[in-house]
Amino acid sequence: MEGWDPTTKSTLTQIPLLSVKAGPRDGGAWTQRLKEEYKALIAYTSMNKAKDNDWFRISAANPEGTRWTGKCWYIHNLLKYEFDLQFDIPVTYPATAPELELPQLDGKTQKMYRGGKICLTVHFKPLWAKNCPRFGIAHALCLGLAPWLAAEIPILVDSGMIKHKDDASSSNES
Amino acid sequence: MEGELKELLSDIKTLKNSLPDRSQYALIENGQGSVQKSGGFVKNFIVKCSIQDMNAEVVDSNPYSRLMALQKMGIVDNYERIREFSVAIVGIGGVGSVATEVLTRCGIGHLLLYDYDTVELANMNRLFFRPKQAGLTKTDAAVQTLSDINPDVVLESYTLNITTVRGFETFMSSLRNKSFCSSKDGCGVDLVLSCVDNYEARMVVNQACNELNQTWMESGVSENAVSGHIQLLIPGKTACFACAPPLVVASGIDAHTLKREGVCAASLPTTMTTRWELLPGLLVQNTLKYLLKFGHVTPYLGYNALKDYFPTMEMKPNPQCSNSACLERQKEYALAKPARDAAAKAKMEAEAPSETKCLHEDNEWNIRFSAGGYHPRASKCR
Repeated sequence: MEGWDPTTKSTLTQIPLLSVKAGPRDGGAWTQRLKEEYKALIAYTSMNKAKDNDWFRISAANPEGTRWTGKCWYIHNLLKYEFDLQFDIPVTYPATAPELELPQLDGKTQKMYRGGKICLTVHFKPLWAKNCPRFGIAHALCLGLAPWLAAEIPILVDSGMIKHKDDASSSNES
Repeated sequence: MEGELKELLSDIKTLKNSLPDRSQYALIENGQGSVQKSGGFVKNFIVKCSIQDMNAEVVDSNPYSRLMALQKMGIVDNYERIREFSVAIVGIGGVGSVATEVLTRCGIGHLLLYDYDTVELANMNRLFFRPKQAGLTKTDAAVQTLSDINPDVVLESYTLNITTVRGFETFMSSLRNKSFCSSKDGCGVDLVLSCVDNYEARMVVNQACNELNQTWMESGVSENAVSGHIQLLIPGKTACFACAPPLVVASGIDAHTLKREGVCAASLPTTMTTRWELLPGLLVQNTLKYLLKFGHVTPYLGYNALKDYFPTMEMKPNPQCSNSACLERQKEYALAKPARDAAAKAKMEAEAPSETKCLHEDNEWNIRFSAGGYHPRASKCR
């Protein structure tokens, strides 16, 4: 796992791994997988709270568990910036990772695809593929979203692309 | 119609010149003006009208004259069959949009287009889309342009993301749908072309085609942006897209060699124009060879822009492929082998050259055919 920063690495190793290799079209097996996903997410969130780094909330937006929405936040210069988070579970999950989206930041940074899909580091996809099906949503957040926020938000704030909601305009606007 | 208007104009002129009473001139000139305007209107509206059958006549007004020539020259048997074929194109970007245009101009019967993106000015470095289409979805813009170029093509477009559960279901049912040609066996389409720009979408097309036992072709530009390729995938017979994991995973190449510092793939200007025009050409050429059964359909053709190198290869399926549908197709393909071998044998026997009957035993000029070749000593001329 060269190329990852040590905190990410150590956090990742503590998130429980998943075992059921099932996607949203696999009926009963998908329900099993969802249970494992929730377990891993709860464990990851508890870890974050214990380290005083509770940085996201997500929940399934539909009963099938194929669409997830929530919020994530990042603290920069003592200010907390909050963003909407959403993603769909692709049909080829878990072979392919979900494409995490921050719709409010669409168009504000080059490190983003259409619709606010964050651009992940080169290391992410190979690591995900090697660890399929052990990695799940919690791992995607830890390996994908957290480093992205850490890399991009400071730049966006310092360059004025986003403003804190307590300023004249909220972080929702440019 | 243009010709008739020209005639009308010249008649009016003659009439005007023959009138002794000049008071009516204004009225006539008005009439002339209207006819001229109509003529201009008609010129802008010369549309290609739908035709019943493709005809091979080499005249200016026949849009298929140059294509039917392929048949006359013996390259293709029965070119008009192209009107029976249905091709699905996933991804209407730099490669996909050009592929749709080429197939449309070739007179393909039915095209299904899939993309969820919109046209932007940043797309203008590639062919097909026009600046005034910025803001339209790529599918709408494509249908707009293609239906104008050739109204004979039946166009079906889907503005959706095939990787979501709902998008995938629509994708699958549209491929299965046989309303264009109900006599097809298997799917309603003859070929699927993947012209997408990401691994996830390719995996989804792979999944769909493995499940439907649908032959497809994949095209792509490598991450290092200096080479491209097209690939033919026949579920069970050739490797599927999941059989061989992408380069970076398999061979442990340092990921940094794929991405230069500071250039995020999301904004990578994949704009080497030699590739964007070349790749769809290669893709459609392979498509036509596959559909119309001429030439050799390449299983894989690469293009290295830096060295002008075109490697080809064949990829066999992976018996441990992670895709269960692929494994099923492999099993079916193996089981069908005896039937295939028997059919191939029968075909070879049917094509075996029979004893050619001699047409002319003798002729009045005493010309003889010597099977032995040229013998200089036998020549009477010195």
